[in-house]
Amino acid sequence: MTTTAVTAPRARLGLGARAWKAAKRHVLTVYAALAIVYLMLPIAVVILFSFNEPTGRFNYVWQEFTLDNWVNWDSVLGLRESVVTSLEIGVLATLVATVLGTLMAMGIVRYAFRGRGATNVLVFLPMSTPEIVLGASLLTLFLNTSVFTLGFWTIFIAHVMFIVSFIVVTVKARLIGFDRHLEEAAMDLGANEWTTFRKITLPLLAPGILAGALLGFALSIDDFVITYFNAGGEQTFPVFVWGIARVSVPPQVNVVASAIFLVAIAIALGNVLWQYRAARAQRQGAP
Amino acid sequence: MGAFFHRHPGLTPYLLLAPGLAWLGLFFLVPLGYLAYQSLQSGVYPGFEFSWEVSNFPDALSEYREHFQRSFLYAGIATSVSLLLAYPLVYWIAFRAGPWRNLFLLAIVAPFFVSYLIRTLAWLNILADEGPVVGLLRDIHVLGADEGVLFTTLAVVAGITYNFFPFMALPLYVSLEQIDPRLLEAAKDLYASPTQAFLRVTLPLSAPGIVAGTLLTFIPAAGDFINAELLGTPKQQMIGNVIQAKFLESLDYPTAASLSFVLMALIVAGLLVYARLVGTEKLTG
Repeated sequence: MTTTAVTAPRARLGLGARAWKAAKRHVLTVYAALAIVYLMLPIAVVILFSFNEPTGRFNYVWQEFTLDNWVNWDSVLGLRESVVTSLEIGVLATLVATVLGTLMAMGIVRYAFRGRGATNVLVFLPMSTPEIVLGASLLTLFLNTSVFTLGFWTIFIAHVMFIVSFIVVTVKARLIGFDRHLEEAAMDLGANEWTTFRKITLPLLAPGILAGALLGFALSIDDFVITYFNAGGEQTFPVFVWGIARVSVPPQVNVVASAIFLVAIAIALGNVLWQYRAARAQRQGAP
Repeated sequence: MGAFFHRHPGLTPYLLLAPGLAWLGLFFLVPLGYLAYQSLQSGVYPGFEFSWEVSNFPDALSEYREHFQRSFLYAGIATSVSLLLAYPLVYWIAFRAGPWRNLFLLAIVAPFFVSYLIRTLAWLNILADEGPVVGLLRDIHVLGADEGVLFTTLAVVAGITYNFFPFMALPLYVSLEQIDPRLLEAAKDLYASPTQAFLRVTLPLSAPGIVAGTLLTFIPAAGDFINAELLGTPKQQMIGNVIQAKFLESLDYPTAASLSFVLMALIVAGLLVYARLVGTEKLTG
């Protein structure tokens, strides 16, 4: 780039520096590959052992390949119910938290009002509190008031509470890059506030809301700690796994986990590919 | 209040915020109040009584000092190791991975798509005494013939490190990805060696990511009990294990509540110091 002007001193350094740079680049790439293997290893193991046919009680050592676990995934008592409960709570909590979180994000980003800083802090706090404190404090509320019985609905309440902040943050990010001229244009063309919201604001916000909802759903499905504290006798999938982990984990648990992983990764990969194509189309479209 | 609304006719933001704030108020703030209330009670289950039992706090702290120390030590080691492991990886993704960066980024997040408990249990497979990892370590005499990795401090800390790694890597990536490459070119033009350019330009500019990642990793790690439970023995129990057992097994709510409160207080104190250093707007995004 600018090196031509200063050839003499740099040329001598150049060789060693370039060799060092190449080595560094190489080392770094090898390291990155190893690190990614490290991150993927447990996932691979979970999927691999979903095809294992354990001889004893424990599914820790590879024995033999079988498809039985996938075919009879719900042959373990209580597994199917726990998966259904997880999905039900995931959907319900995500719906409610998405509505609450989107409204909050709009309030925070679009208006200057007294208490904005405090609101930001209140949204931020649940994300920075250890889950165990969130779960424990909510449990003390339920224990000390007779309004709630621990079970499905207390899990639902807990999930909405800890998901909503993540949705606010996600939707906020989308709102900050929002071109308000589009809304003004709609209003100038005679649309009222509600029509503008429905036809302009909502469709433009949709990717942010969808991303927030997916994140919320993933968090809900995966949550163990907060759920465990407020579940009473109710079992979500993670609570079921916790209970059975103390005895022995059947390969069917790996099947469910693998299935959840594959669905999630398919959605995420689709998103990455779509972004890549959109970026390429934009580059090619540009003069 | 009336005067306040008169001066600010825009009620809309409050209406938008009301449902969410109400939920967070009722199910996040109020419970913290109840946690405090419970922590000041005395008695035996189910007959707890509120008695301003302030001594619960020093009692809990002195009885479970070791567990607190272990929690902060394990979380501290896991956070430092995550930082050291994540930085070069994320650096490579941000500066060398080209158009497929997002794919590698996805690889970092992928562990989140496997249920937390199950990816922890997977380490039981990987580190099993009969498994290839321990076999290799025994062959090269890092481990004795009858030594293993599972159910040791190493296994617990390794589990925590793995489980919270993405919390470190993602904010780091965001801060590295934002660095303007022209700044590095400028450093080069001014005769900075690659090392100097890294130390004087890249590293300081990634500081916000380091701080955010450290926080996001350390906080959940300090409250964790799953890794200690599944990969450790009672000798590795952290404060989370005690809180969990007191709340759900021995039903000693006041002690459990005071322990949760102390944990929360220690973390909030740390957060406030941090907020003073970088400002709330940065902290809350």
